[in-house]
Amino acid sequence: MTILVNGAALDAPHDARVSLLDFLRETCGLSGTKKGCDQGACGACTVLVDGERILSCLSLAVQYEGRSITTIEGLGQPGRLHPLQQAFVEHDGFQCGYCTPGQICSAVGMAAEIARGVPSHVTIDLGGEDILLSHEELRERMSGNLCRCGAYNGIVEAIAETYGAETMAEAAE
Amino acid sequence: MTPFTYMRASDAASAVLKGGAAGARYLGGGTNLVDLMRENIETPESLVDVTGLPGGIDELPGGGLLIGAAVRNTALAEHRAVRLRYPMLARAILAGASGQIRNMATVGGNILQRTRCSYFYDEAGSRCNKRHPGEGCDAVGGFNRNHAILGASSACVAVHPSDMCVALAALDAVVHMRGNGGERRLAFTALHRLPGELPDVDTMLQPGELITAVELPPMPFAARSTYRKVRDRSSYAFALVSVAAALDIEGGQVRDVRIALGGVAHKPWRAERAEALLRGGPLSATSFAAAAEAELASAQALSGNGFKIDLARRTLVAVLEDLSGEIA
Repeated sequence: MTILVNGAALDAPHDARVSLLDFLRETCGLSGTKKGCDQGACGACTVLVDGERILSCLSLAVQYEGRSITTIEGLGQPGRLHPLQQAFVEHDGFQCGYCTPGQICSAVGMAAEIARGVPSHVTIDLGGEDILLSHEELRERMSGNLCRCGAYNGIVEAIAETYGAETMAEAAE
Repeated sequence: MTPFTYMRASDAASAVLKGGAAGARYLGGGTNLVDLMRENIETPESLVDVTGLPGGIDELPGGGLLIGAAVRNTALAEHRAVRLRYPMLARAILAGASGQIRNMATVGGNILQRTRCSYFYDEAGSRCNKRHPGEGCDAVGGFNRNHAILGASSACVAVHPSDMCVALAALDAVVHMRGNGGERRLAFTALHRLPGELPDVDTMLQPGELITAVELPPMPFAARSTYRKVRDRSSYAFALVSVAAALDIEGGQVRDVRIALGGVAHKPWRAERAEALLRGGPLSATSFAAAAEAELASAQALSGNGFKIDLARRTLVAVLEDLSGEIA
């Protein structure tokens, strides 16, 4: 069994102790995924598994045999950035950049959850079919990703422009 | 992290065969166990991955739901039957952790997660009876602002950290388990223990026993239920105090009620005293206050958490007022 990483099939580590984060960084050479706290508190290690956002630091790589992992390198590359990467550049969605890959992977996963109608802690009507991506919804849903530089305003603007520009404008009126 | 072997189980029977071995632990999403292993607080010799076990969210005859233990927290919170018929459960799950962690965490793993008491986590520098029975508890005389006000012992003042479990306690959930001796069921409120003299034992599970499912009995009035969590920051933090409640009202009287408190005890705290006082009584601010007073009557403050007693009373009253306003 192999792990699919950005489309490439790779053998899972023999040592079951290897986290998915260390596997991506050390074995696959994909250093875009960052090790922040290594204990599930900061979100810097967020990657997508079959399109769902997870924390790679709290995952054992062997758990993800047969699954498809997408890291920041799989979302976009210099010259062909993902629209959200471009929006982060335009809105100053970072200073040091360490949390950025996790922020972007998390937001991509979040957008899929919104599209699926997954409610959040701040969703008032649990019976509703559609979720309006308000500032409040966006901030709640991104609360698992910390930014020690405090670039949150730029991060929120970049995500709002990419995934909720129209609804954001309506909410602001 | 100490070395261990890893294996996947495809069904409960084979999982229990492997999980019954000495030093074996079941692995769900890993969000707590992997962290504890990295800190050398948990040192299993083998991990049996049970995330591939069958079991979804199925309708039961009569209107209940059967939830497989491997169902992810996000999947449970987004399920329409849960959102419409047991909204306190959806709200409790959504009040916990982060989007990433809810995508990973399983129902069984959420139930069996361990306390976040900082002294329990401090393997190198603190005494903890939950880690090393008999060595003492540094939380009792230490930084205990987040610790228990109900049901604690001199051996342990830790609290159970789950939000989801508070709703399961209020909803009369039943836990389905399987061990080498066969299958059995237990009321959810009887699964977790108060610490007493054995704080290292969190639950009534037998060694090697596996949670396979959680059953929610039909409870039509739970469609009017909610969960309120009070915490130091508005998201991604554990509860100081939380309340799950459902209120069934007819003609200005409380016909039936379910209440559980979180963040206050070693286990999700079913508020049976408050329920008994409210049931059949008037729907009034006075009766809500009396019920909250009775439930917290046995509360005991530590050096740093006395505020939680008032906070629990007031949060309980506020939730009951919200629910009665919604129905009125």
